[in-house]
Amino acid sequence: MSGSLPRAARSTSRAPRRSAVALPALLTALLLTLTACGDSTEDDGDGAASSSEAADFPVTLTADNGEVTIEEQPAAIISMSPTATETLFAIGAGDQVEAVDDNSNYPAEAPITDLSAFTPNAEAIVAYEPDLVVLSDDQNGIVDALGSLDVPVLLLESAEDLDDAYAQMELLGEATGHADEAADVVADVRDRIEAAVDSVPADAAGQKVFHELGPELYSADSSTFIGSIYSLLGLENIADGAPDASGGYPQLSAEYVVEQAPDLIVLADTKCCDQSAATVAQRPAFDAVPAVVDGRVVEADDDVASRWGPRIADFAETVAEVLQG
Amino acid sequence: MSTATQRTRPGRTTAEPGAVRPRRSTLVVTTAAGLALVVAVLAGIWVGAVPLAPGRVVLTLADRALGPFGVDVPGRLEGTQAAVLLQLRLPRVVLAVLVGAALAVSGAAYQGVFRNPLADPYLLGAAAGAGLGATLTIAHSPVQTLGPVGIVPLAAFAGALFGVFCALALGSVAGGAHSPTLLLAGIAVAAFLAAAQNLVQQQNTDDLRQIYGWMIGQLGSSQWSDVVLVLPYLGVACAVLLCCGRALDVLAVGDDEAGSLGVHPGRLRLLVILAASLATASAVAVSGLIGFVGLVVPHIVRRLAGGSYTRVLPLSLLVGGAFLVLADLIARVILAPAELPIGVVTAFVGAPFFALLIWAGARRR
Repeated sequence: MSGSLPRAARSTSRAPRRSAVALPALLTALLLTLTACGDSTEDDGDGAASSSEAADFPVTLTADNGEVTIEEQPAAIISMSPTATETLFAIGAGDQVEAVDDNSNYPAEAPITDLSAFTPNAEAIVAYEPDLVVLSDDQNGIVDALGSLDVPVLLLESAEDLDDAYAQMELLGEATGHADEAADVVADVRDRIEAAVDSVPADAAGQKVFHELGPELYSADSSTFIGSIYSLLGLENIADGAPDASGGYPQLSAEYVVEQAPDLIVLADTKCCDQSAATVAQRPAFDAVPAVVDGRVVEADDDVASRWGPRIADFAETVAEVLQG
Repeated sequence: MSTATQRTRPGRTTAEPGAVRPRRSTLVVTTAAGLALVVAVLAGIWVGAVPLAPGRVVLTLADRALGPFGVDVPGRLEGTQAAVLLQLRLPRVVLAVLVGAALAVSGAAYQGVFRNPLADPYLLGAAAGAGLGATLTIAHSPVQTLGPVGIVPLAAFAGALFGVFCALALGSVAGGAHSPTLLLAGIAVAAFLAAAQNLVQQQNTDDLRQIYGWMIGQLGSSQWSDVVLVLPYLGVACAVLLCCGRALDVLAVGDDEAGSLGVHPGRLRLLVILAASLATASAVAVSGLIGFVGLVVPHIVRRLAGGSYTRVLPLSLLVGGAFLVLADLIARVILAPAELPIGVVTAFVGAPFFALLIWAGARRR
């Protein structure tokens, strides 16, 4: 039913050239929060456990769209945010999830639909009769549109650091009646990241990392969420050399990347763009980069590296492991 | 397509026949344009995200040039710096020259063939076709390369030619190679292909950043293999176009008059469109959609050297190359070591110039 609904909100102003000149950095930053592709089969969410307590409701929470009151424990949640989807399943609220957007590809049992978080359509969302909608971006005025239809909306924008991410996990726990499990998940992620940080040998401190978001050499500096992980691990991020005006996700010059001689390259474009240690080694002038010479090119999962859910602990462990070797 | 309505207007011919304003001698103007290109290229080689000592850059280049003759120049760059210069910066500058020259000379040719100052190389659906091809492959292609060649450049090249072919076919069905009909056919094809591209793009939001990056034009990942890839096509196409200058001047007086002067307007139009489209498709394949170069540079040249196509075409080649190298220089340096998409820079310079052109044209009338 919803699949046949026209995506009325589709932007018509995207003429392919000339009009597409404005604010590339801004758009890039926006796209990065939405970009997630491929599929995953691994699964650590358990939808069976439930500590739902109807007594916890109504509950009033403060999300990025202000104070939101949820009258009863939601039973038909729509997640338009891949990160929120991962979190909801990790904290045992998976059974309450009715539908997720077309980028929410993890965990496998998430009820994926063709709802688009980039061009969200209030009618298509409401057709699922949700009692809670979770969003990471307020595209096309969707928050107001859903609000006017009296659907409770939680806007959870991309986290700036781990504390932000933890707070969002805990908030989703309270919103769904799984506060205890959420606290457990946060504690687990926290412990694993601390262990990963502790495992980094002292001589790895200050090594240079290049985080690659695309073969056009888009990167992420320390002001971004993923950048904050590198800071925790004691690495120096070469994207920090770019001016603030480039918006946290600068497109770096190839010559700058080569000259900076990063000790570690993390590819977050293995799924979107088929990049690998081998393709990096073939790029002009990259054969002299220490990370390539020493085989320290991490082929990360694009999705894990672009989200701020519980799997960020996996990412930190992967990077820490390479630093040990 | 905001420019579509303007294009349908029977534009005032700034391309008044040749002998209108031979203010400066051809030699002087050509030399000046050649010098501008050399200066732009030198600046492009010297300036970049990684500072390289200008003297050692020259020595390194001299060493490379003289290497085959057994001459060893001392004091050249070594290691990473040499790699930066020879493998990253140099191919990028060379590619910028080629792409800029191709777009500018194609734009001038289109303007001549349509007798319309608002024509540009993307007029007949080349951009929309290339955009659709690139978007489809970015979103759906299971492979990244076909042999040694990237799949996206291939699809863009084929898409650009496909767009122009559709426009020509529609135009000839609708009334021969008559210029206004062809123009309208081009606009229809471009609008349709652009809509199809938008549709594919909206269905594949996870590839948006890549698609967007391609649509706005980029030279950041230039390699020598790109140069080798497009050079043959560009060479042939530009050579053909340069030979058509005289005929385009004759065509400027009108189809009937040109016919009586021994130029077959239909055949000439087809030849020029095919050559210009080949050049455009090659440029688009390696650099994405870089706007405004093809539109603006021929007009700059006309201001400097008059309207004869025997001058406008070769000068557009030189000035186009210089313009794009400088635009790329700005794109690389202004946020260094971050980059700005080159399409933003050319449009940033091009859009105000375009406005000025319209304004000045209106005042003169």
